[in-house]
Amino acid sequence: MRKFTFKGGIHPFDGKDLSKDFETKTLEPDKLMVYPLSQHIGAPAKPVVAVGDQVLAGQLIAEAGGFISANIHASVSGTVKAIEARTLATGGKCNSIIIENDEQYTSVEFDAKDPATLSKEEIIERVKAAGVVGMGGAGFPTNVKLSPKDPSKIDTIIVNGAECEPYLTSDYRRLLEDGEEVVKGLKIILSLFDGAKGYIGIEDNKPEAIKHMQELTAGEDRIEVCPLKTKYPQGGERSMINAITGRTLNSSMLPADVGAIVDNVDTVYAVYKAVAEGRPLTERIVTITGDGVNNPGNYRVKLGTSFKKLIEVSGGIKGEPEKYISGGPMMGFAMYSIDVPIVKGSSSLLVFDHDDVADEETTACINCGRCVNGCPSRLLPQTLANLAERGDKEGFAKMHGLECVECGSCSYVCPAKRQLTQSIKSLRRQILADRRNKK
Amino acid sequence: MSEKFHVSANPHVRSKVTTASIMRDVLIALLPAAAFGVYNFGVPALIRIIVGIVCSVAFEGLYEYFMHKKLTIRDCSAAVTGLLIALNIPSTLPIFMEIVGCAFAIIIVKQLFGGLGQNFMNPALAARCFMLIGYTQAMTTFAFDGVTGPTPLAIIKPGSDYAGQGVDLLNMFIGRTGGVIGETSVICLLIGAAYLLVRKVISIKIPAAYIGTFAILIFLFAPGHHFDGMFLAQQICGGGLMLGAFFMATDYVTSPNSPMGQVVFGIILGILTFLFRMYGSNAEGVSYAIIFTNLLVPLIERLTVPKPFGYRKPVKEAK
Repeated sequence: MRKFTFKGGIHPFDGKDLSKDFETKTLEPDKLMVYPLSQHIGAPAKPVVAVGDQVLAGQLIAEAGGFISANIHASVSGTVKAIEARTLATGGKCNSIIIENDEQYTSVEFDAKDPATLSKEEIIERVKAAGVVGMGGAGFPTNVKLSPKDPSKIDTIIVNGAECEPYLTSDYRRLLEDGEEVVKGLKIILSLFDGAKGYIGIEDNKPEAIKHMQELTAGEDRIEVCPLKTKYPQGGERSMINAITGRTLNSSMLPADVGAIVDNVDTVYAVYKAVAEGRPLTERIVTITGDGVNNPGNYRVKLGTSFKKLIEVSGGIKGEPEKYISGGPMMGFAMYSIDVPIVKGSSSLLVFDHDDVADEETTACINCGRCVNGCPSRLLPQTLANLAERGDKEGFAKMHGLECVECGSCSYVCPAKRQLTQSIKSLRRQILADRRNKK
Repeated sequence: MSEKFHVSANPHVRSKVTTASIMRDVLIALLPAAAFGVYNFGVPALIRIIVGIVCSVAFEGLYEYFMHKKLTIRDCSAAVTGLLIALNIPSTLPIFMEIVGCAFAIIIVKQLFGGLGQNFMNPALAARCFMLIGYTQAMTTFAFDGVTGPTPLAIIKPGSDYAGQGVDLLNMFIGRTGGVIGETSVICLLIGAAYLLVRKVISIKIPAAYIGTFAILIFLFAPGHHFDGMFLAQQICGGGLMLGAFFMATDYVTSPNSPMGQVVFGIILGILTFLFRMYGSNAEGVSYAIIFTNLLVPLIERLTVPKPFGYRKPVKEAK
């Protein structure tokens, strides 16, 4: 079997055995649900409800605040209690709609339609209305992704099921449990681009998922399942496109510039729900795992529920864990509070009993080149980190520092335990901010 | 909630490889060659190996203690330098000379330039060259089986005084010849090199480019030995080429970190070693080739910055 891959990358301990065989259970939502207005890249959504309003499950509570923005819907029925700033998993604060759950779960009527009868514009409109965004973490509005400047140039649609982040199993469960809907979602997307072929990329540490999807797509001549070599960051958009098509792209390009569109498994599932059933994006699968929790597993969570609730329902924590991470261990965010809502991009809650990184002492760089070999963007992380630590923005940009995808591979492999990613990431963000301010 | 959680930037997991584990791997990889050196040259070789390691670690510790620096002897890098110094001297070298060599390597070449990671030359090789200049006689007298004689490389050198004496390629491969303690046995060095390659401590790029370039040049241009396969095999098995190519040229600190840079580095080493061995006054050329090329590393790194993924030539903006 041909295995698709890219150059560079690393092989961290994958930890998926902890939770991969636990069938997804439904999580009872919180009493107070929190809906941040920024769960996506772009402008925050604008609330369309006021404090005191009664809302139904599935009702629009905030509408897209610009071209790149997304609608937000209530996932429960109840009363709007407040619209106020709340802490997010990333550590920042964001204006959020707080809804008191009446525990009736009265839902709005969903307008189901046969996708075959819809025009391309109607499909994209339904994706937009449902507030679908990239659920791999970045949160790019999917309707924008599906409307490139020149749709005839798109020849490759990739369903990203790599799930290269260690420990995460939510996409894996989605493929196993709702594979048919994922295939139907992919067909809907393919119907937008006449000449395009669909690929489902799955890392080869998930043979059951590869087999299942191959069975489901047998006889589909426009869809191919691509087994990918297990390597981090295989699921990064650029690595994925490179592995499957051989094309390369840099930080100033969009996948559409090389004729590709990449969507996460859960996103494609949400596209199906939005287009065929008219259901907005109000829930997702979240993995709870790590050596700090009693019962690792996968949960179907109504967006707006807090991580705290997820921990309580799943069986609580072991002892006094030191680290709580939203997302995977490579690119996830360490949280200082777990009273934080689960949003569209929250794939996992990872709880580590012990924070190994805190014990490690940084020593002198020995120029070993491991960071260079691991970098998927083919940069010189050690040189960039030195420039970043000196604050040399010009030198940093000249050495292509802006091409960094912040994947964390360099810090992971560094034998001197330098905080390479952190240094590079902070200067990179300063430069990007400077450029935005200049405009 | 009253608990305090740890917050830090991603990634939240790290590989188990540390500087110390890498240095330990290098020590392990040098064991076969060191053991063969002791077998070949007897107790004097063992004493020099112990002296080399103990003195190098001691100099590093003492320097850091008196300079109020953080003690770094636990990272094993000084032990590696000490072992390499011992493997690079004849078993007959007076011990005080070896101690002077260790002091030069650790204090002058390594610590005065800022310690681990900052030295611009391989400390062990710099010490070897320092001793070669300072104690030429003692450093170039090789006894084997109690008899002092020329090394195989000196015998086969074009225009050699010893021309006519035979050399046995199999003995050179196994290591039953004269030379410095650790360089004679090709097979032991290759076992160590294979260990480093399997453990991914070194990549094949530098040794392959180095030995490959050297071999091509010898095969095509060696004076008096054009297209001489036997001469080529003797040149590759003789002298410090194996020890140098796999264990010294691959020293992280003093070699380029980019894949392209490593290839360029290896090619320059091959050319210089060819020139030194064929046209120099000495039969050996590996040590000088490596420390000289070490000096070119910043230049090589600057000229071989890799093109980032998805690089496109900048489009000139229309005026």
